[in-house]
Amino acid sequence: MICAMIRKMAVVLAVLASPAMAEIKVQEVTSPGGIKAWLVEDHGIPFTALELRFRGGTSLDAPGKRGAVNLMTGLIEEGAAEMNAQKFAESRDALAAEFKFDASADAVSVSARMLTQNRAQAAELLRLALTQPRFDADAVERVRGQVLSILRANAKDPGALAGETFDKLAFGDHPYGTSGNGTIDSVTALTREDILAAHQGALTRDRVYVAAVGDITPEDLGALLDHLLADLPETGAPLPGPAPVGLTGGITVTDFPTPQAVVMFGQQGIERDDPDYFAAFVLNEILGGDRFGSRLMTELREKRGLTYGVGTYLADYDQADLMLGQFATDNRTVGEAVDILRAEWAKAAQGVTEAELAAAKTYLTGAYPLRFDGNGPIANILVGMQMVGLPVDYSATRNARIEAVTLDDVKRVAARLIQPDGLRIVVVGQPQGLPDTP
Amino acid sequence: MRKILMGTALWLLAAPAALAQTVTDFRLDNGLDVVVIEDHRAPVAVQMMWYRIGAADEPPGHSGIAHFFEHLMFKATDDLAAGEFSDTVEAQGGSDNAFTSWDYTAYYQRVAADRLDLMMKLEAERMRDLQLTDEVVATERNVILEERNQRTDSDPGSLFSEQTRAAQYLNHPYGIPVIGWRHEIEQLNRADAEAFYKTYYAPNNAVLIVAGDVRPDDVRKMAEAHYGPLKPTPDIPPRLRPQEPPQLAERRLEMRDARVSEPFMMRSYLAPHRQSGNQKEAAALVYLAELLGGSGTTSLLAKKLQFEDPKAVYSYAFYDGTALDSGSFGFGLAPLPGVPPHEAEAAMDQVVADFMAAGPDPAAFARIKTQLGASEIYAQDNVEALARRYGEALSVGLTVEDIKAWPEVLQSVTPDDVMEAARKVLDRRAAVTGWLLPEEDAQ
Repeated sequence: MICAMIRKMAVVLAVLASPAMAEIKVQEVTSPGGIKAWLVEDHGIPFTALELRFRGGTSLDAPGKRGAVNLMTGLIEEGAAEMNAQKFAESRDALAAEFKFDASADAVSVSARMLTQNRAQAAELLRLALTQPRFDADAVERVRGQVLSILRANAKDPGALAGETFDKLAFGDHPYGTSGNGTIDSVTALTREDILAAHQGALTRDRVYVAAVGDITPEDLGALLDHLLADLPETGAPLPGPAPVGLTGGITVTDFPTPQAVVMFGQQGIERDDPDYFAAFVLNEILGGDRFGSRLMTELREKRGLTYGVGTYLADYDQADLMLGQFATDNRTVGEAVDILRAEWAKAAQGVTEAELAAAKTYLTGAYPLRFDGNGPIANILVGMQMVGLPVDYSATRNARIEAVTLDDVKRVAARLIQPDGLRIVVVGQPQGLPDTP
Repeated sequence: MRKILMGTALWLLAAPAALAQTVTDFRLDNGLDVVVIEDHRAPVAVQMMWYRIGAADEPPGHSGIAHFFEHLMFKATDDLAAGEFSDTVEAQGGSDNAFTSWDYTAYYQRVAADRLDLMMKLEAERMRDLQLTDEVVATERNVILEERNQRTDSDPGSLFSEQTRAAQYLNHPYGIPVIGWRHEIEQLNRADAEAFYKTYYAPNNAVLIVAGDVRPDDVRKMAEAHYGPLKPTPDIPPRLRPQEPPQLAERRLEMRDARVSEPFMMRSYLAPHRQSGNQKEAAALVYLAELLGGSGTTSLLAKKLQFEDPKAVYSYAFYDGTALDSGSFGFGLAPLPGVPPHEAEAAMDQVVADFMAAGPDPAAFARIKTQLGASEIYAQDNVEALARRYGEALSVGLTVEDIKAWPEVLQSVTPDDVMEAARKVLDRRAAVTGWLLPEEDAQ
């Protein structure tokens, strides 16, 4: 049942001026109940993609309760109100609605696709899941078993082991320092009360961000959101606070029997709102971006065939910033590949060439509009923009910010950001001739 | 609540086909098939070139050559330097990549729609004019060995599925891994690559799919300009692969690996595939897989093995029917800790046996029909996935009409169709059952 109330809609229009996306209009909608959302109306296909994100995520876990938010998130679709898990799933499937729930270090995400013809019923089901999850004992045991199975598999997975080792070195005792999945012990010990507390702490109105794309009007979206979120608590568990990055230069080897070693590397990154962020973004693209032509891909794969793929990225968490990368190579060639990586890292501190800068700009500005394809992907981008505090017209100005980056900007940020002696390299495998330097 | 939901299902049944995308197809004089899928919501275009050549067409002893060749297609031609193809696409802000399967090898680019002409020029260039050197071949072979390391040898689950697949096919080359056996990859050389290229990379052995903000007339003009002049190969060998003999005995295998944390079972059966003009049996098998093990909550296996009398962490069923020679149907099962593998397998067999006796639950059947209908609405949101749907089907001998008819065929399936297909496929004598087990369980 949708609340009948007088609708006052605040709508701000932002037209994205980029040539390849002239028709995407983002409206800033405020529901009668005060919930803000970004909307792209597109009535071409009779469904709506709705993306909700609740800031906090697994970092909200209370001390000793690691894994509670993750387990809670896995249980949202396992029964609500009068419906047990079976009934809930049957109702959702009969509407052909799709709901996905996911917990990351900084957010709990809800992704929904709802057909226009039965949107009210689908939204009602989603409301019950978000506000009245049952957390039945058998459901808790079932999903706990799934999480424990993943934890046992991760303990034997070189990629997962590399990630865990790296996070521990980078963040120590901060929640970022351990897996949001929790440990075998912590997950085994979680009670229904812990899960209820995680639900009350993580899904709250004051930290929700919303984007919708598709066959829905601002008025209908406003009413839908007010109904969907009205019964959630106003505020929740405190955010964990800044996570100092404790990385030092060197190599950490974890012995693991596998023919191919996983190599994860990183150092302190740069804040998303730093004036030189875009220069750093372009620099990263040149060093290890997602093209075949990046420096690391050229040196490690194209010239020498040492790896199938290598990439770097700026990892901006809410509470910390890293610059990270990863590749895998035969145990016999880890030493050679690490030497090349370190040489390229040192070289990157010197800046880039005019030609590299021009090529990276062309690629980045050309690729940006191509991301906006499909209702689901656009909703995902729009909610991500809100999470990092970008304005509603950001998409229209983003390419100009890339274009404005000069060779001097890159040189300046490279000297400040890249730490040739501060790169921590974690290797999981049995690398030959590689010293461990803690 | 439920009453309203059933009404919804009926509505969908009535109108699944009204939402089809505009699809146009034609053939150039040199034999290149072209399909245009229009979606004018965003000014983006996808070009895909699908070659009717894959791992199952490789000469014996040269496994991996089709995939190896996919990598080499990014190297130098007489007019392009090595890497220039991707550099040019990236300079347009586009992305490009390629993939190989048993029945096809495909190359694609995603760009702003006004760059399509340049993409066609590039793709046409490398269809006939690639220039390989021994050095390029040797370096790329190392990349592929690292790819095999990363994707297969570092992952016991991948090694296991390679082994069960090999056990499934006694005679048909579907039993070899797409990436190739390591000892055969190590021997691949320039002569192999060039022979393969000359024979199979030709306009009359390819399907071009262009999807997005494009008009069929414009695509035809561009395609005629760039691909039209390419000479066809007059003697492309027919795709006559050695076929499977009747399977008379279940094959069982057990693999142990120290990197495995918990037991896992895979059961597979050979199954009918979609055939041109006759897709009904394949459509019935889509339902069978959904009914038995589609949803992780409401499918029969999930209900019985994860809810009512818990024996499994998860269980599922799968069906792949888009293939040239044979489809496959199967089950996956991960027992709960403490449940012995044979007990979990027996419980799964019992669920299947009970289903064979009782038939599908009408409500579950109706839900699946509704979801399959709705998936056509959601599918319109992803033009690249639509392009893949067409490319894949056209590469395995289906026609544009078959692809357009598929949603209707799915909607026409009855519970009787499902049971008839189930009786045909679910024969243990024709199954492969494999268990992947942790090392410490040994003896």
